[in-house]
Amino acid sequence: MSNYDVQALRRDFPLLHQSVHGKPLVYLDNAATAQKPQAVIDAIEHYYRQDNANIHRGVHTLSQRATDAYENARATVRRFLNAAGDKEIIFVRGATEAINLVAQSFGRTRLQAGDEVLITAMEHHANIVPWQMLREQLGIVLKVAPMNDAGELLMDEFAALIGPRTRLLAVTHMSNALGTINPVKRMVDLAHAQGVPVLLDGAQAVPHIPVDVQALDCDFYVFSGHKLYGPTGIGVLYGKQALLESMPPYQGGGDMIRRVTFDKTEYAGLPFKFEAGTPHIAGAIGLGAAIEYIASIGLTAIADHEHALLAYATEQALTIPGLRLIGTAAEKGGILSFVLERIHPHDVGTILDHCGIAVRAGHHCAMPVMDFFGVPATTRASFALYNTFEEVDVLMEGIREVVKVFG
Amino acid sequence: MLDNIRDLYQEVVFDHNRNPRNFRVMENANRTVEGFNPLCGDKITLYVKIDDGIVSDVSFQGQGCAISTASASLMTDIVKGKSEAEAEHLFEVFHRITTSQDAAINLDELGKLAVLAGVRAYPARVKCATLAWHSLQAALKNQTSVTTE
Repeated sequence: MSNYDVQALRRDFPLLHQSVHGKPLVYLDNAATAQKPQAVIDAIEHYYRQDNANIHRGVHTLSQRATDAYENARATVRRFLNAAGDKEIIFVRGATEAINLVAQSFGRTRLQAGDEVLITAMEHHANIVPWQMLREQLGIVLKVAPMNDAGELLMDEFAALIGPRTRLLAVTHMSNALGTINPVKRMVDLAHAQGVPVLLDGAQAVPHIPVDVQALDCDFYVFSGHKLYGPTGIGVLYGKQALLESMPPYQGGGDMIRRVTFDKTEYAGLPFKFEAGTPHIAGAIGLGAAIEYIASIGLTAIADHEHALLAYATEQALTIPGLRLIGTAAEKGGILSFVLERIHPHDVGTILDHCGIAVRAGHHCAMPVMDFFGVPATTRASFALYNTFEEVDVLMEGIREVVKVFG
Repeated sequence: MLDNIRDLYQEVVFDHNRNPRNFRVMENANRTVEGFNPLCGDKITLYVKIDDGIVSDVSFQGQGCAISTASASLMTDIVKGKSEAEAEHLFEVFHRITTSQDAAINLDELGKLAVLAGVRAYPARVKCATLAWHSLQAALKNQTSVTTE
């Protein structure tokens, strides 16, 4: 902690240095999307100013540079996840597309009516709706593992739900609405003991938790670039090579073929089989730059800083009368979700905005979680590597102002 | 510290949020509409009783933010006793002043509703103010549900 110079890190993020409604911006909506360091902005700009060309097909110099930069980004992601090979890293638009890819490619060809997909009560809509679509297409059964009032998974109930018809476990590594970090290694082991493959939704986890897909032994791991200080529109599907090889393409088009005639098409090998069309080249390069930026600080140091912020914010929030925390798991990432007695989160969000504070007010794309806690919505402050203890103080003053305004 | 926010959160809004008028189930309503804003999760059930072309009674239930609750409360106050045509006209006026930046606001026509004109400066909150009104319009058209998105 002593070496963590948050003020120096803040200088890497140009967007942070502005005023909103005449107040210094306090950006606490990082679980929705994180701000971008200069290194990421520079990498994208450099690509468009110097190297822009289509990849994997040109013989000219720019195409080679663009291809190298894109494939270097893939290698950077592979090292970040400690995947066994670059072929296991598929670039997609985001975590949502990655889950849809698995649902449609793996799910649609491997599952039959009556087969079960097991998820949990704290999933984001992105890890619910693709399976409901598969349910409509195939007649599969969606099972939901329950949680307790703290927002922690009930492990005995979870284990009991893995049965002879379970074909896939799809679970969030870290809840976006509650902050809960799930014991995913134990869950993978329990599922594998019954021969069930596992998809982990790492959209929230990757900016906060070092991930080693080989140590976790998960079969799929998905995340989005933009929550990891990278660009929007780029994300990653990791899959074990043998599994990906056995799966049919998700979309057809250019770049994913070896040979096409009107009678027959021979598909390209991994990872190109799953990357039809010209991909988001600049996005992949920007994501690679984001990962290198994070690595230069150290994810463990970032996680320690965010945990300290969360602990301080939690302690301060509990001194505000009428404030109830939503999500109090023992293992939590940097998310403070709360409701105020008789004050709707949208009113809280608007008034905090007038204090220069950006938070999320709403259902966080997790309506079943809101229903479980009996609230229509929550206000959520989420922390990133550049947030400060002073910003937590500003947030708490803002919340007290809300309480005062609403009397 | 927060002077300009008072343009949106005026005392009338707080008053109607704390003590919403006509906040009750109406057993003998002849039109009932479920209004839902999927973006924020606000829900309203609007009860309307129309007798001989007159909105003789109107009430609501639901959960929402201060803007949405106050807007529904004010609406029930103002449309009660109006003809269906007058109520439809009020919907159009309200919709115009909350969504159009340059619409002139005729305070005489709006009465107490004018307090919600401030929502124009908050595009993300306009749907909060208009949910009850869209529900009313649905009731006038004899529909049973409405979604704003």
